[in-house]
Amino acid sequence: MKTTVEESTVLDAKVLELNMGPQHPSTHGVLRVKLKLDGERVLDAECIIGYLHRGVEKISENRSYIKCVPYYDRTDYIAAVSNVYGYLLGVEAMMQIEVPKRAQYIRIMMTEFSRISSHLLWLATHALDIGAMTVFLYCFREREEILKLFEALFGARLTTHAFRVGGLWKDLPAGFEEAARKFLDEFPERVDEYEQLLTKNRIWMARTQGIGVISGKEAIEWGLTGPVLRGSGMKHDVRKDRPYGGYEEFDFDVPVGENGDTYDRYLVRLEEMHQSRRIIQQVLDRLPDGPVRGKAPKIVKPPVGEYYSGIDGPRGELGYYIVSDGSAQPFRVRIRPPTFISLQVLRRLVRGHLMADVVAIIGTLDIVLGEVDR
Amino acid sequence: MIEILLIYAIIPLIKIAVIVLFLSGAIAYLTLLERKLIAHIQVRLGPMRVGWHGLLQPIADGLKFLLKEDIVPAKADAFIFTIAPAISLLPAFLVFAVVPFGPPDMLKDFLSWILGWFPFLNLDPETIARIAENPIASGGYVTDINIAVLFVLSVSSVGILGIILGGWASNSKFPLLGALRSSAQMVSYEVALGFAIIGVLLVAGSLSLVEIVQNQQQEQIWYVFVQPVAFVLFFICGLAETNRLPFDLPEAETELVGGFHTEYSGFRFSLFFLAEYANMIAVSAIGVILFWGGWLRPFPNSDWLSFLDFIPGVLWFLGKVFMFLYVFIWLRGTLPRFRFDQLMQYGWKIFLPVALGNVVVTAGVLLAFL
Repeated sequence: MKTTVEESTVLDAKVLELNMGPQHPSTHGVLRVKLKLDGERVLDAECIIGYLHRGVEKISENRSYIKCVPYYDRTDYIAAVSNVYGYLLGVEAMMQIEVPKRAQYIRIMMTEFSRISSHLLWLATHALDIGAMTVFLYCFREREEILKLFEALFGARLTTHAFRVGGLWKDLPAGFEEAARKFLDEFPERVDEYEQLLTKNRIWMARTQGIGVISGKEAIEWGLTGPVLRGSGMKHDVRKDRPYGGYEEFDFDVPVGENGDTYDRYLVRLEEMHQSRRIIQQVLDRLPDGPVRGKAPKIVKPPVGEYYSGIDGPRGELGYYIVSDGSAQPFRVRIRPPTFISLQVLRRLVRGHLMADVVAIIGTLDIVLGEVDR
Repeated sequence: MIEILLIYAIIPLIKIAVIVLFLSGAIAYLTLLERKLIAHIQVRLGPMRVGWHGLLQPIADGLKFLLKEDIVPAKADAFIFTIAPAISLLPAFLVFAVVPFGPPDMLKDFLSWILGWFPFLNLDPETIARIAENPIASGGYVTDINIAVLFVLSVSSVGILGIILGGWASNSKFPLLGALRSSAQMVSYEVALGFAIIGVLLVAGSLSLVEIVQNQQQEQIWYVFVQPVAFVLFFICGLAETNRLPFDLPEAETELVGGFHTEYSGFRFSLFFLAEYANMIAVSAIGVILFWGGWLRPFPNSDWLSFLDFIPGVLWFLGKVFMFLYVFIWLRGTLPRFRFDQLMQYGWKIFLPVALGNVVVTAGVLLAFL
């Protein structure tokens, strides 16, 4: 796409082309942004992606349905649990497998834990990009607790291979509920600590308010979902609009922003952490007894057809479009990666802002390059 | 002859050597202090491995820097690239030539005691007493010049040249942006800083740092209580001058990778690093002298606190400098970073007018009532 950029500026000085990334402290992985700068003002920005492309979708065509799962752990590695969840919901719907209630509840709980941990990592890096380094380590302190819970249940911290077709690998280990409750009891205080450092901080407000503004209508036109869309005031949440996996049984609010700027998206994500905590508490209160794995065949062979399963991941609507030709391997799996779509809006958001705002906007879009590149 | 040599050459040279060595050590351990403090603010431990609670860490760091390969980028301007770190570090040390660590008679007892220990000098007691009485030899400073404040301001602005030249000579875009930022930032904030200091100078009626402290002793009050606005301005501009958060834009690692020192490595990088910390100590020392009474104890000359007099003045001075440095580090652990345009706005639209207003009000009050 050609854009009209004023090639000459004051005093006929040349436009400075600056390569941000792929090795840069705040492009969150291997994103490369080609900036055109007039002094520090951004005239244009071009995202160059693909440095982490592993062909996950193509690999899926040569693996059985079950063996695909670990690959999806590695697309959005920050929220591996919800990735697997979205895919398995699709497979189970095609196979019409009943998932036991207990497994459903535990899945929801772990997905919400993964949302909290993902938002914590977002807040950590976002604040660090803007220069508040203490928040970074505070967030990692809490994320560590969640990762310990993951390790207790899944046996892994990052690439969890969380769920299996038809339910879970095994039931909650002893002491899990107490540990989870202890974390949930302490969590609001910890979030207050972040808020003390940031929410009313004049510098933080000056750095985030009015930065990267996008209206709700425009956000929809760009196909944005998740906190980025909700920050612009649109109440869109797949958990509410098309409830899946038992979400309709739980009470929670969908926080929305007003101005669609970086500050509102920050507030929305903070509130989402509180709402996730609410959901987990309800799960723990109402956790039914019973098996954690339904009747699932050893070899998964969905009938011929296609299915779209979309869930509300931490970064937006995470979709899996699965096409089956009746064999044991998917004919095609297309992932709808929320951050690949929200990254496209970067160019529109940074234009006219300053160099320092670019890192703030990259941070607020909450991209994960593993998912963008797949 | 030997008397003149002692007063004007030997003793000052020894003092210079002591101050330089002391400063180098202080800078090294300031880095450790920063790492430890920030670590504890952030609920972690910081360096623990090298020595007891990481006490030998600065030495290990220094050795590491010395052993690193010295890289000059192929397209850099090699000469300027090489001398820029030195340009940056030297002025930071030069400032301490005029900084009074203690009162003019600080070394009096010490000198009259130690000079008796050198029999080959053949000094009779009267000569020793004369030497010990002379403030040039016995003062707690290298020299006391009557334009010390101007000297500090001009020397410290030379240090910025090192950053600008280093960023420019690297022949790379990130350092260039960092250098541009720093030049704009330093120029803007130096103006406000200068005006903030003028408030103190009006009250003190002197440009000599020693006399400014002595005046605070006579008037029995630290100038921070006379000139609170000037102090706040001085402190904020001092943060900006030393490139500390929230004004660390020239190096802003998350935006400009490393800012002006992106291309530097090894020993040259460590010189820039040392210069930043030396500047922190320098700004703190000047702030303590101008506003917090230098070597004076709280409420100087008032009797009810005279039991504090057993603490020597130099310790008061160093303690106050430490408080300053603590706040510098504390701020780094707490605040996010300003954006460039916001920084300039604050500098020109808020700090400069307030500083000017402070000068006008101070001068008016002095004219009208005193």
